[in-house]
Amino acid sequence: MADMAAAGEEPEILFWVGCAGSFDDRYKRVTIAFVRILNHVGIKFAVLGPEEACTGDPARRAGNEFLFQMQAVSNIQVLNGYNVKKIVTACPHCFNTLKNEYPELGGKYEVIHHSQFLQGLINEGRVRVKDGQSFKGRRITFHDSCYLGRANKIYEAPREVLAALDADLVEMKRGRANGLCCGAGGGQYFKEPEPGNKDVNVERVEEALGTGADMIAVACPFCMTMMSDGVKNKNREDSVRVYDIAELIAQKEGL
Amino acid sequence: MDIFQQILFVAALAAAIWYITKRVRLITRAIKLGRPEDRTDNAGERMRVMLLVAFGQKKMFTKPLVGVMHFVIYAGFLIINIEILEIILDGILGTHRLFAPYITPVYPILIDVFEVLAFGVLAVCVAFLCRRFITRVNRLQASRHRELRGWPVSDATIILSAEIFLMIAFLTWNASDSVLRDRGVGHYGELQGIVPDFLVSQYFKPFFTGFSDTALIAYERAAWWLHILGILAFAVYVTYSKHLHIALGFPNVYFSDLQPKGEMQNMPEITKEVQLALGLPLTTEPDGSQENDNGQQPAEIGRFGAKDVYDLKWINLMNAYSCTECGRCTAACPANITGKKLSPRKIMMDTRDRMEDIQRGWQTQGNDFKDDKSLLGDYITAEELNACTTCQACINACPVNINPLDIILQLRRYRVMEESQAPASWNAMFSNIENNMAPWKFSPSDRFNWADQVNESQSK
Repeated sequence: MADMAAAGEEPEILFWVGCAGSFDDRYKRVTIAFVRILNHVGIKFAVLGPEEACTGDPARRAGNEFLFQMQAVSNIQVLNGYNVKKIVTACPHCFNTLKNEYPELGGKYEVIHHSQFLQGLINEGRVRVKDGQSFKGRRITFHDSCYLGRANKIYEAPREVLAALDADLVEMKRGRANGLCCGAGGGQYFKEPEPGNKDVNVERVEEALGTGADMIAVACPFCMTMMSDGVKNKNREDSVRVYDIAELIAQKEGL
Repeated sequence: MDIFQQILFVAALAAAIWYITKRVRLITRAIKLGRPEDRTDNAGERMRVMLLVAFGQKKMFTKPLVGVMHFVIYAGFLIINIEILEIILDGILGTHRLFAPYITPVYPILIDVFEVLAFGVLAVCVAFLCRRFITRVNRLQASRHRELRGWPVSDATIILSAEIFLMIAFLTWNASDSVLRDRGVGHYGELQGIVPDFLVSQYFKPFFTGFSDTALIAYERAAWWLHILGILAFAVYVTYSKHLHIALGFPNVYFSDLQPKGEMQNMPEITKEVQLALGLPLTTEPDGSQENDNGQQPAEIGRFGAKDVYDLKWINLMNAYSCTECGRCTAACPANITGKKLSPRKIMMDTRDRMEDIQRGWQTQGNDFKDDKSLLGDYITAEELNACTTCQACINACPVNINPLDIILQLRRYRVMEESQAPASWNAMFSNIENNMAPWKFSPSDRFNWADQVNESQSK
């Protein structure tokens, strides 16, 4: 972003990578897949790079409002400094925070989740999804992220993106508004779960495996880790894969 | 009806009204313990939500069978109030079926509707008792949910039994009344030709044919009195019961959150601190802290987050009184499903229990009652709070738009910001965000490293 600004250019869109997208080895592959799609369709985008900082979502939900607002106010200064208008992000937690919680602190942007963005590209015919890997005969189940679904009522966009793959989409018993959390939200990702009978992600993966799907599609970095760990817990990592919807589209596109 | 009965009735009615007014005042006072918050914006949207969710019972129908059963009780309750109006007027004026001569053609239809609904209510209450005690619906079992142990189970049983009792009184009252009318006894006979047999109670008539006239009149009077005294007693009882949702469900939905469920409410008092810390000009928040213009310190703020009901908002407290303990929130809660201590229903019940303990304190020790207890610690434990994933399934599940997550978040804020009592790994996450601008211990300068791989692997 700094380079573009120095060159006096304005990007169409700012890609908010998020901490997981920047540092988590698994989710970095999603970031890369999404960037390849952006490059493929020729969208002029920018990222903040080292100037990006955690939105503060886990801090706020854990109760540390002070830390959240410190992060938020600094991020807003950076974003407003670059005159950012439109943001796309692959993380529903960043999405929710940027979209719903930053405006009150002075950060007003048009914020789009990458599922909506990909759906738009497919609808406009800019992504044609036919060259690469074939998904015919694969059974895919989509795991709703709480902060995409219940929090912001985005249920159909990721499903429509998956529908473009020509795979068999199967729904879990608890889906859409009744979807079961992966167990990571509200800061849970960053601590051991409280004592109980089982971990939430195991419960959710059992449900996903119950559909007979060989692929679990997610649209959130935390869901990605939790579902992958759950699949490992069930010793099914050889037969069942967890992918982000952007990766699937990139594969289909042969990118 | 003799004057003695009229006097007795007016006295009973006045006593009930006096007592209910007293209870309403007490509950209102308890709700006002909460901090102020404006929930009067967007009246049109609020009205729409209330019509849909409260009057239309929209969220009840996510479980269609229970939805229909609940609707029968709900419709029965709403519509039978017209019948109660006649009963009350009859009681005051000493008349018998006051409305019958004035609306002759409509009257039997009305009563038929009431009777069908009354029978429906009776049947559904029996079904609900079966769900609790025979088919043992999981979310209603005290053995599985500790918050239901003791009073909550009795409360539910009392309500369902009372409704069954009231409906039987109503139907048999109509039946005995019809037999008296057929026999032309006293003023009952005057309704011959005006009031016919009714749809449901006609089947109860054979039960009364062996009764003497005196015994019948005694039964008719007893049923009438039991029915109306039962209703008055029930109205008083409701103010002590989870059944208060029949009244508070409506305002509770009207004042419910309109913003997206994922949006956590801002704390303007923190914004000020942050702006001071970062050396930014202070902005005046539209909601509350507008006194800042002249550079004066705003009025002393309370604590950060909530330790007790006094720190919560009034809507959180109204939420607690509106909860009917159905447990749909808890049944949807991922933490609870996987055996953790958290139960969103318990959060709401604890909040109400806390307020009721304070009310008892007011009544026994005077209005400035304070004790050493607090909602956080004495009622709700840190273990429960820490288990929440903020997934909003509880908010989504609640048929009357209660928000348990808001209370959980405010209590978490108190623990973290006032008591510095976060779990150690959260403290590590906090310091990582503070120092590295990410929840993990990576160098901020490595944030863009992924970019190297974009072109590299693409050129493969």
